[in-house]
Formats: sequence, C-alpha cells, structure tokens
Amino acid sequence: MAENSSNSEYWSANVRIILISLVIWAVVSFGFGILLRPMLSGIAVGGTDLGFWFAQQGSILVFLALIFFYAWKMNKLDAEHGVEE
Amino acid sequence: MSQFAINLMFVGASFALYIGIAIWARAGSTSEFYAAGRGVHPVTNGMATAADWMSAASFISMAGLIAFTGYDNSSFLMGWTGGYVLLALLLAPYLRKFGKFTVSEFIGDRFYSQTARIVAVICLIVASTTYVIGQMTGVGVAFGRFLEVSNTSGLLIGACVVFAYAVFGGMKGVTYTQVAQYCVLITAYTIPAIFISLQLTGTPIPALGLFGDHAASGEPLLMKLDALVKELGFNEYTAHHADTLNMVLFTLSLMIGTAGLPHVIMRFFTVPRVADARWSAGWTLIFIALLYLTAPAVGAMARLNITEMMWPNGGIDGGAVTVQQIEEEPRYDWMATWQKTGLLNWEDKNGDGKIQYYNDKNADLQAVAEEKGWEGNELVKFNRDILVLANPEIANLPSWVIGLVAAGGLAAALSTAAGLLLAISSAVSHDLIKGAINPAISEKNELLSARIAMAVAIAVATYLGLNPPGFAAQTVALAFGLAAASIFPALMMGIFSTKINNTGAVAGMLAGLSVTLLYIFLHKGWFFVPGTNSFTDADPLLGTIKSTSFGAIGALVNFAVAYIVASATKETPQEIKDLVESVRIPKGAGAAQDH
Repeated sequence: MAENSSNSEYWSANVRIILISLVIWAVVSFGFGILLRPMLSGIAVGGTDLGFWFAQQGSILVFLALIFFYAWKMNKLDAEHGVEE
Repeated sequence: MSQFAINLMFVGASFALYIGIAIWARAGSTSEFYAAGRGVHPVTNGMATAADWMSAASFISMAGLIAFTGYDNSSFLMGWTGGYVLLALLLAPYLRKFGKFTVSEFIGDRFYSQTARIVAVICLIVASTTYVIGQMTGVGVAFGRFLEVSNTSGLLIGACVVFAYAVFGGMKGVTYTQVAQYCVLITAYTIPAIFISLQLTGTPIPALGLFGDHAASGEPLLMKLDALVKELGFNEYTAHHADTLNMVLFTLSLMIGTAGLPHVIMRFFTVPRVADARWSAGWTLIFIALLYLTAPAVGAMARLNITEMMWPNGGIDGGAVTVQQIEEEPRYDWMATWQKTGLLNWEDKNGDGKIQYYNDKNADLQAVAEEKGWEGNELVKFNRDILVLANPEIANLPSWVIGLVAAGGLAAALSTAAGLLLAISSAVSHDLIKGAINPAISEKNELLSARIAMAVAIAVATYLGLNPPGFAAQTVALAFGLAAASIFPALMMGIFSTKINNTGAVAGMLAGLSVTLLYIFLHKGWFFVPGTNSFTDADPLLGTIKSTSFGAIGALVNFAVAYIVASATKETPQEIKDLVESVRIPKGAGAAQDH
C-alpha cells in the first residue's frame, strides 16, 4: 500500500510539471508568436517586433529549454520517489 | 570542371560514405534492424533521429515557403519543433517503459484489441503514404536540377533510386549511417547560409544576421526587405496577413502530428533507459533546431537577393532586369539552369526587353503598371520548392557549395522516403498480413508481400507526385494532420486515462481519421486526383479552416468520440489498468522486447 500511495504522489507531481510546462509551451508559440503579437508590437527587435522573433526563433529556444528542464526535473523526481531504474 | 561534374562528385561521395558506414557497422556487430538505437548514447541517437525526421519538406521546401510568404508561414517553424515538447512530455518515456517496438503494438495491447491494432496500422499506412507523396515532390525537384532534366523525368529517376535504396534495405536501421546523413545535411544547409549571411549582414551566424543590419544600406535587414517587397505590391514580410484561427490550428496540427508519426516515435522505444528517452528528445530537438533556426534566415535573405536581382538598379525607379542581362551575365546563369526543370520561367509580355517582377493582383501596382506600360508579372513561374537548392547559385557562391547542397537535399529526401517505405512495407506484411489476415504465412511470402507493398506505395506516390496536392512541405503537412487526428490521441489517452476502453479507442481513431481524410479529399481531390475536389483552400468548407489545418480538429473529434463511446460501453478490465499504472512508473523497465 505504501508503495501505491507513493506511486500516485509521483504521478500527480509528474502531471503537475507537465501542465506547467505545457502552459509555457502554449504561451510562447500560440500566445507570443500569434495571438498576443499585437500586444508585443511595441517591443522592437532587429527591424521588427518581439512577436515575430518568438514566432521564428524564440519559441524554438523555449521548447529546447522546456524539454531539458523536464528531463532534469523528472530524473530527480524518479530518485526522490525511488522509482528510477 | 563543370558544375554538373562537381554535383555528381559530391552526391557520389556522400552515397559512398553512407554505404561504406553501413557495411562497416554490419560487419562490426550482429545487432538486428530493430535494435538500431539500443546501447547508443542519447546524443548519437538524437542526431540519427534528427536525420530520420528532417526530410525534403524541412530541407528543400520549408525555407521557400517562408521566403515567399514571410511571417504567416512561421507555423512550419513552431509546429515542427513544438511537437517535440509533446513527444518528450506526453509519450516518449511511457512508450519506452512499455517496452515493445511499434506504435500499433502499444495500441493493440493497451486497448486489448486486435481491431485497435489493425485500425492503428491503417492510420499509419494512410499518413505515411501521404508523407511519401510530399517526399517524391522534393525528390523530383532535386533530381531534375541535379541531372539537368525536366521535373517529371527527375521524379521518375528519383523514384527508381528511392526504391533501390529502400530495397537495399536495413541500412536505414544503422544508426551511424543516419549520423553521417545528418552531418552531410546540416553542413549542406548551413554553409551557404553562413556565406549569404556574411555577404548581406557581415554576421557569420545566419540566425543573428536575420535580426541584424543589412550591410549595404545600414538599415535592419527585415525593415529593408519589408520596404522592398511592399514597393512591388507584395505583403510586407514581417506582417501578419493570414487568418489567425487558421494559423493557430495549422500550427497545432503540425505539433500534434509530429508527436503522432510512427517513424519518429519508434526511435524512442529502443533507447536503453526511460531517463534516456527524456534526454534523447532534447538532443534530437537541438540537432533539428540547428536547421530550424537557420531556415527563416535562409528564407528572408533569399527573398531579398532574388528581389534585388530582378530590380538590380535599386527598386522600380531604377528599372527591371533586362532579358539580355539574364541571358548573358554569369550571375543570372541559375535562371537558365532552373528553366530547364520547368519550375522557373519568365516571359517578356509587353516586349520591352525587360522582366518586371511584381504583384499584378495588387490594385496600387496595377496603377503603376498601367502608367509604365507593364502587362502583368513577367517572372511567371517560381516554384517555392526550388529556393533552397537554387539559393547558393543565386548568391553566386563557389561551385563546391552548390555540389554540397545537391548532396544534402538528396540525403534528406532519400533517407526519409526510404524510411517511410520500410515502415509501410513492414506494417502491411508484418502487422496486417501476418498479424491478422494470414498468421501462417511463410517467411518467404512475408518478405515478398513486404516488397510488393513497397513497390505499390512508391508507384502510388510517384503517380500522385507528378501532380502533387501542394508544394513538398504542404503535402507533408497533410500527412501530419492525418497522424494528429488518428494516432496521437489514442496514444495519449492510453497513457493518461484508464477510462478509455477498447471500443472507445477504435471509435475515436476511426472518427478522427475519416473526418480528416474526408475534409482533405473534399479540398484536394479524392485520393489527391486533381479536379475531383468540391472546395478549395482559398474558399474552404468551414469558415477559414484550410485542409492542412484540419488535423487539430480531427484530433478533437477523436478525443470526444473516444470519451463518449467509452462512457457508454464496458469498463476497462483491471489487468489493463495495472498495465497503465506500470507504464507510468520508470522502475522495472527491461530492454525492449520483440514479440
């Protein structure tokens, strides 16, 4: 039983990290890159605005950071809950 | 040495390299085709996956689509990289823990149903075949230019080479061949971009050059480009013109589709540990990002170069390029070379000896044209798919760079096309015929049916590739829509919900696939046969939603149908719930097993 409750804690911690990461994922691409671009139009970046930068460059960099953050965080979480291989 | 000989040398040398590595790796180990990724470091695996993933669509087609549309086509950049976040967070670690080799096996086991497995195989075949059509379009462009023949002959020759390459076989599974292909591909893509970035902005890093200053005018590059194309009546490069809803759905379709395409997911089944599956996704995206951060710079800089070549004396007032210049000046040689492929053409409509390139659909420019006596845009054909391959010639780069790009383009197109054909043939022979129709089939006949399936797939793809439903990247986008609507929701629900049962999953996949396929066929023609469509993407059936964007809606239909049907039918049995529990926990993952 003890193991099961630890497993379900592990799973809800994982789901929480996934949700936070996906919110960031959506905000930089669909948000800053497309829908919120008019709001960011005042911020100039190299001859255009911040929204354009997010759509063509920034979102990709954030995606990279997210995947590495998730891998690091989850590998740590595995060890904390004793579920690593 | 002629350019033709140089191209031949580079292409030949790169092929010799791949084959050499394949033979060396074969001799060095007895590991089988499936075990390709096992015991391989996540960095190496990431590089190989990146080569597998980046096809003619990424290499040949994407920058051209961005160049001629600008910001509105950013969807390709965000979509084809953002999908890796979904893959890394929602699928890869759990599928690795599950420990089988194919997507359809996971779906069959998790939904405890042979029907679910077969439906998954059908979804896989439909999406992969559409994907191959897009690859064949790219192969046709590359071979047409490289052998200096028409696009059609290039496509037919290319189809034979792809077929031979795929039949030659398991070579695809050798990780180090793919590492070599990645190296050729990325060098071929970045070297011309670095040269061009240096010429235009003085910055050796194209991604920085894109947001840097244009050296000749001192203005920011993008501002210069905006002004230049606006003067000719085209949409400003950095501005948002496309429909926002369609752009959001299109980006989402590409993202979900990335996480639903079996040939990419498969790579994560065979890494040594669950932790490695997480890291591998990150390394893969790093190697992909090297190309994807360069692509928008390639697009913008090429657009600037082409526009300035057509108006060599500083915009409309300086006058257009003359026919004599195009025929005689060496820096215009690329135009004659590409004219031979039938993918580029110009015509002096008003007979003034000059070629005016402008947007003749724009009312302001029509007024200018009337005043100056122009009779329509005279750069009558510029196929988007030629841009990347023509780019080094347009920028007047040394011949060896042009040869390198030819080798890179072919590496991208051939490796992915061959990989997809292998996936289709094994799905038909192994999953469909042996797994369902005739389990007693002999090994020899299984192999024969695999070959036949491969031949049929390439024949279909070549036939449709002659009249493709779009540019390479657009056709590939349709394949992503199909994968998004069918495979991804089933995988995700299989991991994150114990509620979804066998009937729910089957109903969801069938609903998602058929509604998306229907929408695509209504707009692109039944089975992509030209002229059989009832709607066009310019005026789509549902509001502003184009057929390339429908995958996201198909996925939503899949989720909803699966949920409703599962609620109304028998609950998931306990042993399957236990299976889902075990997939969620990394502990106890053994090596991937054959069945």
